[in-house]
Amino acid sequence: MDLLATALPALGQAWALILQPLVLGYLVLGVVMGLAVGVFPGLGGIAGLSLLLPFMFGMDPVLGLALMIGMVAVVPTSDTFASVLMGIPGSSASQATVLDGFPMAKKGQAARALSAAFTSSLFGGLVGAAFLTLFIVIARPIVLSFGLPEMLMISILGLSMVAVLAGRVALKGLAAAGLGLLIGTIGEADAGGSLRMATYDIPYLTDGLKLVIVGLGIFAVPEIVSLLRQDRAISKEARLGAGWGDGVRDWVANKWLSVRCSLIGVVIGIIPGLGGSVVDWIAYGHAVQTTKDKSNFGKGEVRGVIGPESSNNAKEGGGLVPTLLFGIPGSGSMAIFIGAIALLGSGEIEVGPSMLRDNLDITYSIVWLLALANVVGTLLCIAASGGIAKLTTIRFTYLAPFLFMLISFAAFQSGQNFEDILALFVIGLIGIFLRRFDWSRPAFLIGFVLSNPVEKFSNQAFQIASFRFRKSFEEGMEYIFSPIVIVLLIVTVVSVVLGLRQAKSIMAEGDVQSGSKRAPLVFLLLIMGYVVTALVNASLIPDYNMTDKIVPLVVGGIALAALLILLVQMILRPESDPIFADKEVSGEDADAPYGLWSTLAWFAGLIVATYFVGFILALLGFLVSFLRLRAQAHWPKTLILTARGIALMCVMAGALNRDFPPGLLQGAVDLPWPLN
Amino acid sequence: MTIKYFAATAASVFCLAAPALAEVDFSGKTIEWVIPFSETGGSAKWANFFAPLLSEELPGNPTVVVKFMPGAGSTKGANWFQEQKHDEGTLLFGTSGSTQFPYLLDDPRVRYEYSDWNPVMASGTGGVAYLNPTDGEKFDGTANNLKDINFIYGSQGATRLDLVPLLAWQMLGMNVEPVFGIKGRGDGRLMFERGEATIDYQTSSSYLGASADLVEKGQAVPMMTWGALDDDGNIVRDPTFPDIPTFKEVCEATDGCETSGEAWDAWKAFFIAGFPVQKIAFLPAGTPDDVIATYTAAFDAVRNRDDFAKIAEKRVGKYPVFVGEGAAKATQRGTTVSAEAKAFVSNWLQEAYGVSLK
Repeated sequence: MDLLATALPALGQAWALILQPLVLGYLVLGVVMGLAVGVFPGLGGIAGLSLLLPFMFGMDPVLGLALMIGMVAVVPTSDTFASVLMGIPGSSASQATVLDGFPMAKKGQAARALSAAFTSSLFGGLVGAAFLTLFIVIARPIVLSFGLPEMLMISILGLSMVAVLAGRVALKGLAAAGLGLLIGTIGEADAGGSLRMATYDIPYLTDGLKLVIVGLGIFAVPEIVSLLRQDRAISKEARLGAGWGDGVRDWVANKWLSVRCSLIGVVIGIIPGLGGSVVDWIAYGHAVQTTKDKSNFGKGEVRGVIGPESSNNAKEGGGLVPTLLFGIPGSGSMAIFIGAIALLGSGEIEVGPSMLRDNLDITYSIVWLLALANVVGTLLCIAASGGIAKLTTIRFTYLAPFLFMLISFAAFQSGQNFEDILALFVIGLIGIFLRRFDWSRPAFLIGFVLSNPVEKFSNQAFQIASFRFRKSFEEGMEYIFSPIVIVLLIVTVVSVVLGLRQAKSIMAEGDVQSGSKRAPLVFLLLIMGYVVTALVNASLIPDYNMTDKIVPLVVGGIALAALLILLVQMILRPESDPIFADKEVSGEDADAPYGLWSTLAWFAGLIVATYFVGFILALLGFLVSFLRLRAQAHWPKTLILTARGIALMCVMAGALNRDFPPGLLQGAVDLPWPLN
Repeated sequence: MTIKYFAATAASVFCLAAPALAEVDFSGKTIEWVIPFSETGGSAKWANFFAPLLSEELPGNPTVVVKFMPGAGSTKGANWFQEQKHDEGTLLFGTSGSTQFPYLLDDPRVRYEYSDWNPVMASGTGGVAYLNPTDGEKFDGTANNLKDINFIYGSQGATRLDLVPLLAWQMLGMNVEPVFGIKGRGDGRLMFERGEATIDYQTSSSYLGASADLVEKGQAVPMMTWGALDDDGNIVRDPTFPDIPTFKEVCEATDGCETSGEAWDAWKAFFIAGFPVQKIAFLPAGTPDDVIATYTAAFDAVRNRDDFAKIAEKRVGKYPVFVGEGAAKATQRGTTVSAEAKAFVSNWLQEAYGVSLK
């Protein structure tokens, strides 16, 4: 009752703060800017917020908050455009959306997928805000009850979604996840600083690979290349089959799924240290397990869009709890958000434990500004979705060069190294072959995303547990098997068992025909080669740094075992077995008018040219020659499109104060912007 | 807003191409302040705090934008800055203790040389160590009663700033087991609040923001600060926490802990690099004196603002900001350690944690 007595007036004050025309105006401004930034893959809230920072100094706190929250809130909404329309995961929040959203776009249902996604986002955001209003005042002890063993279990629950997404041959899914985990360990270990599959001579590798690059490489590059080879529009029918009204109706029909996934999102978002990377996968897994007819997942099932999209906006609300209550950012954009709050006004708002005591009205304003921003953002997105969905009817050859341009730029922004683009190409190549031979790409990505949390939490939990065990056995057991851990353990086991039973019907890559033995076998051996190298590499780490080698050794061992069994199966089984799935045997890819390597060469050309003359000059050459030679466009059209592409890049980089990748030329001569 | 930015960027480009002006005037230019960390760290906070203030004080009121170049524990950005030459004075670079430590420890990735650069401003912070309430009761101004207890500490890594607390606790004869691999001191505090870690330290501003609250509620007991430096380089009580003893005082009172000798010298050298001279703003090698003087004057004006103490307290802490000669001296102190101290720390890192930077 005491809580209620302070919370209700604060809630009233919060609404009084928010419902002013000027505040709402700033909110809308923030939303529009957030949408503009969010539609470009790889430029999430961090880039947008950094842009706003210089203006925050001394700004009226509520106005500044409205502007920033407007921007942060809509990024997970607007990045849905790229996920659904192009198969490009705009951020870690929308990776699972790609699985069913993009196939829907291919079926000509882009507008339906988008509006279902947006409605879910809206609803998720509102559920998140409502939940937080009640929860935030009692959140502290609950957040503190999530220790390292609990966080480890949630990471493992996320990893168990591999079972659902493993594909027709479960061992291949397991091996793909293992490969993802191993690639995630590349670089300097967090614990002891040992290098895994890296050397100080290549400083780029010591930091490990970035999620943006791996997400783009695994999902976007293979789809772009495949569509480009087929030389058609994304949507098979040239017209749009279903309108935005259908998507809203889809959401109504699945509203309880949306409620559950929103709650999953907000609850997992609350736990600091996990961030958003697992939320959408757990929501996707939940959507699969609660659907009776699972045969459409991976081929354009609308529930596969509604689930993750409901959770990812709710997660933003949940992420506010550790940010505001503990001063611990749940994500990169939240970290900037904390920094920016200190700049507001005369710095009277201080994020941390005092937030609830001294600034409960501000806290509530933040929660409901977030919800309002979701409403505004969603309405704008739904209004735009019909028009933007028309992109899927354009001949893909006219889109592809600009997508190569965008993903290269996005990859470069993640670390501002030329190697970023190179890494995108290499990971893209892995993605192309995983797709071709029907090794689960989602499983690979889940493995990669969870590699760091699994390693970190298991090492730390082990260390603290052994410390407790030294004190007494009971204390150790109490620490490891807390009630939360036991519940999570049961959920994980159930989801693995159910998942394995269902995995066969969920074909993320469609029904892939099998053909000859040779190509799939060669690919298997290549993966095995990498796994063995990584294993040898890890075993060379001295034993006193056991924390740095144990996870690569265990994961690599399991992956190797799976690969060996697969190898035996490949030798024994006939060519028609699903184990030999190969997209080049029959189907869209096999019938495509263009070959894989000649298509990929265009992308490689852009990268090589960038190395020599820098990004903008390379882009100029790339766009002109691609449009003239590959798309066979007339000169006027070629020049207009090229000019537009380069102008877009310049405006984006200029506005966000970002650099372009320089080449050798730029090292030799000083050139004016944007050529430098 | 975006258009304004774009215009400013574009304008700066044309200015760069123009011949050098005789007088230092940054009208219409854009100063890039490069930070070798991500947007989310303490250095970003620091630069974002100073950037708008600096813009107000520089002649011509240029736009000051903070750019981020994270990678390889900030050595990537510092190696990049080493290659930069003076160009109109529109490039500023900010380092932190995390850039200084690899330099001091001969990390193989380091290809930069602090003495080549021109420091224009330096600022520091302090740190406070605290204990859980149970063990805190046994703390009587000395660590004598803490020697038989096993502590757990959430650490970012022995070669980072955590080197300073870890070495201090070891010198006091305490058994502190670090759990490595956390991503920031905030995670360490959370671990402490959950009871998983039993000892913790925070830099001053984070301590004020959150840990002081724990102390108030009886969930933590402050143990010691690392102290602050006076003008003669002596360790004195931290002005932000005048009531908490320094490590030096605790060490003097504790049996077996010496405030002289190689361990102490090594600790003090790394303390200075990590705390009182933690963040430094540099102009590149070869910058002419008039540009350096312009920046020095601007930072001097910033720190002399009437409201500076008030706005700085919450955002970067109540610590001296050095400019000009003071910044040069501070940089000198923060980036040099004796060969003995270096050898001692390398040896200790290898023996205690198996860490070798070769």
